[in-house]
Amino acid sequence: MIYDDFPALIVLLPLFAAFTVPIIGYFSKKSVPYFVSLATFITFIISIFNLQTVMSSGTISYTMGGWEPPWGIEYRIDYLSAFVSIVVIFLIFIVSIYSRKSIENELPGKTVPFFTIFLLLTAGLEGLIVTGDIFNVYVFLEISSMAAYALIAVGSNRNALMASLNYLIIGTVSASFILLGIGYLYMVTGTLNMADMANILPAAFDERPKVILAAFAFFLVGFSIKVGLFPLHTWMPDAYSQAPSAVSALLASTFTKVAAYVMVRFMITIFKPEFIISTVNANIILAWLAAIAIIAGSVLAISQTDFKRMLAYSSVSQIGYIILGIALLNQMAMTGGIIHIMNHGIMKAALFMVAGAIIYKTGIRNINDFKGLSKTMPYTSAAFTLVALSMIGVPPTVGFVSKWYLALGAIEADMWVFVGVIMLSSLLNIVYFWRVFENMYFYRAEGGKVDEVPLSMLLPILILAALTFLLGLLALYPLKEIMAPMVQILLPG
Amino acid sequence: METILTIKPLIAVLVPFICAILIIIYSKHPNIREGWSVGAGAVLFLIVLSMLPDILAGSVIQYTVIEMLPNLPIKFKVDAFGELFALTSSFLWIFTTFYSIGYMRSLKEHAQTRYFFCFALAILGAIGIAFSANLFTLFIFYEILTVSTYPLVVHNETPEAMSGARKYMLYLMTAGVFLFFSVVAVYYYTGTTDFAFNGFLDGHGIPVIMLKLLFITFMIGSAKAAFMPLHSWLPSAMVAPTPVSALLHAVAVVKAGVFTATRVILYVFGVDLMGETGLGLMMAYFVCFTIIMASIYAMTHDNLKKRLAYSTISQLSYIVLGVSMLTSSGITGGMLHIPYHAFMKITLFMCAGAIIVTAKIENISEMNGIGRKMPITMLAFTVGALGMAGFPPVSGFVSKWYLLLGSVEMNQLPILIMLLGSALLNVGYFFPVIYVAFFKKPEKELNFGEASPFLLVPLVLTAIISLILGIWPDASYLFLELVKVAVQNVTSGVI
Repeated sequence: MIYDDFPALIVLLPLFAAFTVPIIGYFSKKSVPYFVSLATFITFIISIFNLQTVMSSGTISYTMGGWEPPWGIEYRIDYLSAFVSIVVIFLIFIVSIYSRKSIENELPGKTVPFFTIFLLLTAGLEGLIVTGDIFNVYVFLEISSMAAYALIAVGSNRNALMASLNYLIIGTVSASFILLGIGYLYMVTGTLNMADMANILPAAFDERPKVILAAFAFFLVGFSIKVGLFPLHTWMPDAYSQAPSAVSALLASTFTKVAAYVMVRFMITIFKPEFIISTVNANIILAWLAAIAIIAGSVLAISQTDFKRMLAYSSVSQIGYIILGIALLNQMAMTGGIIHIMNHGIMKAALFMVAGAIIYKTGIRNINDFKGLSKTMPYTSAAFTLVALSMIGVPPTVGFVSKWYLALGAIEADMWVFVGVIMLSSLLNIVYFWRVFENMYFYRAEGGKVDEVPLSMLLPILILAALTFLLGLLALYPLKEIMAPMVQILLPG
Repeated sequence: METILTIKPLIAVLVPFICAILIIIYSKHPNIREGWSVGAGAVLFLIVLSMLPDILAGSVIQYTVIEMLPNLPIKFKVDAFGELFALTSSFLWIFTTFYSIGYMRSLKEHAQTRYFFCFALAILGAIGIAFSANLFTLFIFYEILTVSTYPLVVHNETPEAMSGARKYMLYLMTAGVFLFFSVVAVYYYTGTTDFAFNGFLDGHGIPVIMLKLLFITFMIGSAKAAFMPLHSWLPSAMVAPTPVSALLHAVAVVKAGVFTATRVILYVFGVDLMGETGLGLMMAYFVCFTIIMASIYAMTHDNLKKRLAYSTISQLSYIVLGVSMLTSSGITGGMLHIPYHAFMKITLFMCAGAIIVTAKIENISEMNGIGRKMPITMLAFTVGALGMAGFPPVSGFVSKWYLLLGSVEMNQLPILIMLLGSALLNVGYFFPVIYVAFFKKPEKELNFGEASPFLLVPLVLTAIISLILGIWPDASYLFLELVKVAVQNVTSGVI
C-alpha cells in the first residue's frame, strides 16, 4: 500500500521532483514553478496524513527497504517530527508560490536551476526531520547545506558569492564537528540508530565518559553554528541579506528551524535531559547563550539600516527564543520553544517576503527610504504591520503565544532573569520595528498611486499575515492535541 | 448574584470594529464615512445602555468568546464598574465624533480616513477593557488601545509630533510589557486570571514580598493612568489634534489606565489583601504626591493644552487615591470621579480646541479678552474649571465630597489636608485662564467669533451635563447607583 510508504514519501517525493525539474524545464520553462508548487503541496498533504497517523496510533517507525533497525535505516515520526515537517513543508509550499515572480525578477533566466536546488533543499530538510538514524542526519544535513550554499550564491551581485563562501566555510566546520561527534558515538555504542543509541548510552557513559562528553561538545558547537546561535551567527546576516529574497524567506523560516529541531533530537532523544542536567550542566550554558542571543540580536538589529539585514539580526534574536525554550528543560518552556519554531517560521517568512516585495516594486532596501510606502503598497504594508506586531508580541498573535509560554517556563525554572530578558527583548523589538512603521506610514510623501506586487507574491504574504493572527487566536487546539502529548514524550513528568 | 449569558458584550466590541472596516471601505466618501462613525457611536451607546437595567439589578452579564490558551479564555463580563466606564466612554464618543468632524474639516486636516479608523479602534480598545472578565482579556485590549492611538498622536507628522508620539509609544509599550509580566506571574501562581469581587490572589501561598513586587509591576503596567514619575508621556501626547486629546487623553486612554489600576487593586488583590499587606495606604500616599506635584507643574505651563494635561494627571490620581482608601466612601468617590472628571475634562479640552480652530491661539498669555468674543465657549470652560476645583454646583463637587468622607473614614488627616490643599491649587491654575479671558483687555482687535456649531454644541452639552450631574440629584442617580452596586460588590460584608 502506498499509504504505508508515506513516511518515506515526504523525502522521496521532493527528491525525485528535483530531478524531474530539469526535464520539465527543457520542454517548458514556464511550467516549472507550478510543478514545484504542486510537488510541495502534495508533500504537505502527505505530512498531514503522517500527523494523523501519529495522533491515532502513536509513533510511526518506517524501515527503509525493509531492513530492521538497528541495522537498517529507520524513519521515525513522532509528534515532534510530524509537527515540524508540516510546518516546514507548508512554508516551503508558500515560498514556492511566491518564488515564481520574485525569482523571475531577481534572477532572470535561472528559474530551472533555482527550482531544482529548491526541491533538493526541501528533500534534505524533510529527511533531517523524519530520519531516526544518526548518520542519515549527517547526510541530509550536507544535502540541505549544499543546496543552501548554492541558493545564496545565485544572488544577483558579487557580495552574494562572498556571503555564500563565508557560509560554506563556517558550515563545513560545523558539519565536521557533527561528523566527529557521530563518529565518537558510533565508536562507543556501535550503533547509528537513535533509539538504540539512547538505550546504550548510559552504560557506555560509565565506561568511557570522556569520549561521550567530547561528542556532546562537538554536537553542541556544530549545531549552534547551523542554528545560528550567537556568537556563532556571523554567517547569517550576510547570507540572508545577499541571497535572493525568496531564498532568504526560505532559509530563515525553515533551515535554522530544522537545525533547532535536530538539536532537540540530539539533546533530548539521544542524550537524555538527565544527562544534560546532572553531568554537564549544558542547559544552563545554553540558556544563558540564548539570553545573550536574544538581546544581542535585537540590539544589532536596531543599528541596521538595510531592511533585510535588520530582519537577519532579528532572526538571531528569535533563534535565541527557541533555544531558550529548549534549554530550560521544562514542559512550559519546551512548548514555547517548539511552538516558536512554527511561529517564527511564519513571521520571518512573511517579513522576508515583504522585503522581497518592496525590492520587486521599488528596489529599495534602506529603511529610511520607505517613506510613503503605505500609499503605494497598502496591502504589503498592512501585512507587514500585522506581522511586526506579532514579532513584538502583541496579543492575540502567535508571537504572544510563544512569549507567554517562554515566560511561564522561565518562572517555572525559577529563572526570573530570563523573564526580564523576554520583556527587554519585546521593547527592543518595538524599537526596531517602529522605525519601519514611522517611515512607512507617517511621512508625507509626494505622489503615491497604488502599485502593488502581482497577486502570486501578495497572496502568500497575506496568508501568512492572517495566519499570525488566526493561529494565535486558535492556538488551543494545536496546543492541546499536538504540543501537549509531544512535550509529554520529550520531557515526561 | 445572577449571571446572565448573552452575546451583547461581544456585539458592543464588534460595533466599532465593523465601523472601522466601513470607514476604510468608504474612504473616498467623507460624508458616508463620518456617517458610519456617528451611527456606530449611537448603536454602541444603545447596546451599552441596554445592559444597564440588569446591572443595576445586581446581575452580571457574561460571554466567553474563545479559549485562546489553556484556562485563558478571551472572556467578557460586565459588572457595575465595567458598565460605568463603558457607559462614559461610549456616550462621550458620540460627542467627540461630532466635534472631530467639525475640527478636522475646519482645519482641512490630512489623512482623515486614518484618523477616524484609528479613533474607532481606540473605542474598541476602551470598551474591551471595560468589559474584560480577566486580566488576559484586559491585557489584549490594553495593547490594542496603545497601538491604535499611536497614529492619532502622531497625526500631524511634524518632527515634534514624531518625537512626542515616540515617547508616548515607548512609555505605554513598556507599561504593556510590565503588565504582561504581571499577568504571566499571576497566572503562574493562581492558574487563572479571572477577576473576583474581593480579589483572587489571596490563599495561593504567594510570599508577601512577591505580592508587593507584583503590585509594583502592575502599577507600572497601568502607566496609562499617568502616575508620577511615569506621567511624562501625557503632556507629550498633547501634540495630537485636540479631539484626540479630548477623548483619548482625558477619557479613553487615561481612564483605561485608571480602570486597570482599580481592577488590579479591588478585583485582583482585593480590599482585604490590600489592607492586610498595607499596600492600600502605601498607594494612597504615593498618589498624593502626584496630585500635588502635577497641580504645581500645571501652573508653570502657558500652553493651555499642556496645562490641561497636567490637570488630568492630577485628577486621575484622585480616582486611584479614592480606590486605595479601601473604604466605601473612598471607593465611591474614586469611581464616581471617572465619569464626572470625564465630562468636565472633555468640556475643557473641547473649549481649548475651539479656541485653537477659531482664534488660532494656544497660549494662555495670548487669550486676553477672548471671553468677549467667545462667551459661550468660555462659560463652558468656567463650568469645567469650577468642577475641577470641586465647587458645589458642578459634578466635581460630589466626587470630591465622597473622597473627603473617605479620608475621614480611614482616619488619615494628612490626606484630608492634602485634598483641601489640592483644591486650592486647582483654583490657582484655572482662575488665571478665566480672569484673562473675561477681564483683561485685548491687546489688539479680535476678529473672530464663536466656533462652528459642530464644535460648539458638543462642548455646551457636556458642560450642561456636568452641571446637571452636580445640581439635580436624580440625574446623578444613574452613575451613583452604578457605583453603589460596584462598591457593594467589592466590599460586601467587609466594611
